[in-house]
Amino acid sequence: MLTIKNLHASIEGTPILRGINLEVKAGEVHAIMGPNGSGKSTLASVLAGREEYEVTEGEVIFKGKDLLELAPEDRAREGVFLAFQYPVEIPGVSTTNFLRTAVNQVREYRGLPALDAVKFLSVMKEKMKLVEIDQKLLSRSLNEGFSGGEKKRNEIFQMAMLEPTLSILDETDSGLDIDALRIVSNGVNQLKSDKTATIVVTHYQRLLDYIVPDYVHVIYNGRIVKSGTKELAMELEEKGYDWIKEEVNAASV
Amino acid sequence: MSKDNKILEELTSKDYEHGWSVDLETDDAPIGLNEGIIRWISAKKEEPGWLLEWRLKAFNNWLTMTEPVWANVHYPKINLQGLRYYSAPKNSNKPKSLDEIDPELLQIYERLGINLNEQKRLQGIAVDVVLDSVSVGTTFKETLSKLGIVFCSFSEAVHKHPELVKKYLGSVVPMTDNYYAALNSAVFSDGSFCYIPTGVRCPMELSTYFRINAANTGQFERTLIIADEGSYVSYLEGCTAPQRDENQLHAAVVEIYAGKNAEVKYSTVQNWYPGDKSGKGGIYNFVTKRGICAGDHSKISWTQVETGSAVTWKYPSCILKGDYSIGEFYSVAVTNNYQQADTGTKMIHIGKNTRSRIVSKGISAGKSQNSYRGQVQVMKRATNARNFSQCDSLLMGDRCGAHTFPYIDIQNSTAKVEHEATTSKIGADQLFYCNQRGISTEDAVALIVNGYAKEVLNQLPMEFAVEAQKLLALTLEGSVG
Repeated sequence: MLTIKNLHASIEGTPILRGINLEVKAGEVHAIMGPNGSGKSTLASVLAGREEYEVTEGEVIFKGKDLLELAPEDRAREGVFLAFQYPVEIPGVSTTNFLRTAVNQVREYRGLPALDAVKFLSVMKEKMKLVEIDQKLLSRSLNEGFSGGEKKRNEIFQMAMLEPTLSILDETDSGLDIDALRIVSNGVNQLKSDKTATIVVTHYQRLLDYIVPDYVHVIYNGRIVKSGTKELAMELEEKGYDWIKEEVNAASV
Repeated sequence: MSKDNKILEELTSKDYEHGWSVDLETDDAPIGLNEGIIRWISAKKEEPGWLLEWRLKAFNNWLTMTEPVWANVHYPKINLQGLRYYSAPKNSNKPKSLDEIDPELLQIYERLGINLNEQKRLQGIAVDVVLDSVSVGTTFKETLSKLGIVFCSFSEAVHKHPELVKKYLGSVVPMTDNYYAALNSAVFSDGSFCYIPTGVRCPMELSTYFRINAANTGQFERTLIIADEGSYVSYLEGCTAPQRDENQLHAAVVEIYAGKNAEVKYSTVQNWYPGDKSGKGGIYNFVTKRGICAGDHSKISWTQVETGSAVTWKYPSCILKGDYSIGEFYSVAVTNNYQQADTGTKMIHIGKNTRSRIVSKGISAGKSQNSYRGQVQVMKRATNARNFSQCDSLLMGDRCGAHTFPYIDIQNSTAKVEHEATTSKIGADQLFYCNQRGISTEDAVALIVNGYAKEVLNQLPMEFAVEAQKLLALTLEGSVG
């Protein structure tokens, strides 16, 4: 589904990603871990098409298409979803209204008829259960005055509504208490299928107790320096990242 | 931020939709302005002597006045002698029914999306249309007259209800009020008149549509709304003009009178031709709008969505004379390209326990300048007056300007006056967030701007709100900050 080859990206001339290679197949969950500043979130942003990042080398093929050639909205319409680390506030625009615009633009791109208000509402009600989100919250201005947990739940709710093929969760666990973490993870797990894939960007192993990865990759200095299964995450939890840094640094001497 | 600039270019390339004119046979006054022209206009309209005298008095006053320069707008001096002060489509003088209206005129309204006939009947809106100088048709007259409501052209009111016109004309905006109000008083051609009798709640929205069609013509319409004790009316005003290279002058006067317990809601969607991308052409919109809450517990509410005109100079105001009277002003003003807007309100608290609320949302894009100018005045005997003002500015790009000029004058120590102001830009983060959900940048801007302006748009009657939303999206198609 997704093939990343030798991806280099920089921001304002500073290289952040220095040759990422990754293959994600349908049905898989990949965890991207790594110390602060290693490039985890940058990878998520570059995949979603955030314009501040300049791709200097490499390619990304998503479902046979050159992802980097697509505008951010077209990537979304093709099925790439990014759950933001810091969801953005849009005053005066309710989540409902926002999502109705989004869902119908995505549907139009996919050649599906727009959902009318009634149909949209019934789909919404069904998806709301996934993340135990309240209708009242959805009538409020998008993310404005939401608690950390509400924002993250809302992200997963949006994911449910947009039915992506590739979901990228950017530090979705940050700022969540244990109950919210459970609810959010439940939502993600229920949305998993053999046709979709998930990339979980996280700092801590904690989230991976709930969303169990098939593969774990460690990014350091803009490269994937170690890949393994969920046991690698456990090891990282136990020993921290220093041993990986040392390994990498020793190898480069 | 090169993408921002690209989007801004797209935004500035959006053309004006109503830029067409129609060849109509017109009945014109000669170009120029002098006493003779005023007599000509008055005679043409078969006006009574007192009105001609009133006009001449206004003209003589005007001669002693000078053009105001305090507004934050810049434009070349207008050659008032080069304008035509009266232009009437021929054959449209006294239509008895819609069937008698020039079919070409009707076509104009249909292109504007106004169908004077059944559509409006279904929507339950009574419409009066003013083309260039003359009011050409008023729908629903009969339904309204059963309730004693008068809704007709100003000229008709002069003939049929002279006592009302005589009593209220100039009572809220005196002929000497300001340069353009004085000019209007001298040469006004037509406009709408509305009277709601005591205790009557007008069952439908009353609507006027203004359009300037002829070249080199100033449009000086005069609107007078009188809401007698305990009555209610919601009044809508829409405006468009064809695209022309020269600037055209529009200097209207609107007066509202609200008696005891009466309520008037006045909504405007102003979409005069704003000029082209380089700032050529467009309407100079110099308007005086004022209402008086004359009776206790009366209320006047102004809502305006201003997207058009090259230069706008407009301050719909409320004189809160009655005790417990309420004044409201809700405004969205959008400027793009080289548009300039200096708009706001005045709330003058005279009565006790009077309240006012001001919500102003400015949106500037392109190389435009957008100013809010508002005055809150609390007079000596206005015990317990309250005002809340909120002035927000939204900037798109880095070549436009937003300015706020609040004036507060308090002469009573029990007054409570609050003023809040914010300035923001449409963030790249907000746009990216929308894009990431599959929403195009154009639609994202429309969504964000409509969200920003929601508090004001919510004040508009439903059909108008939809139109206004579309208009905002059109004017700002695809913009960023």
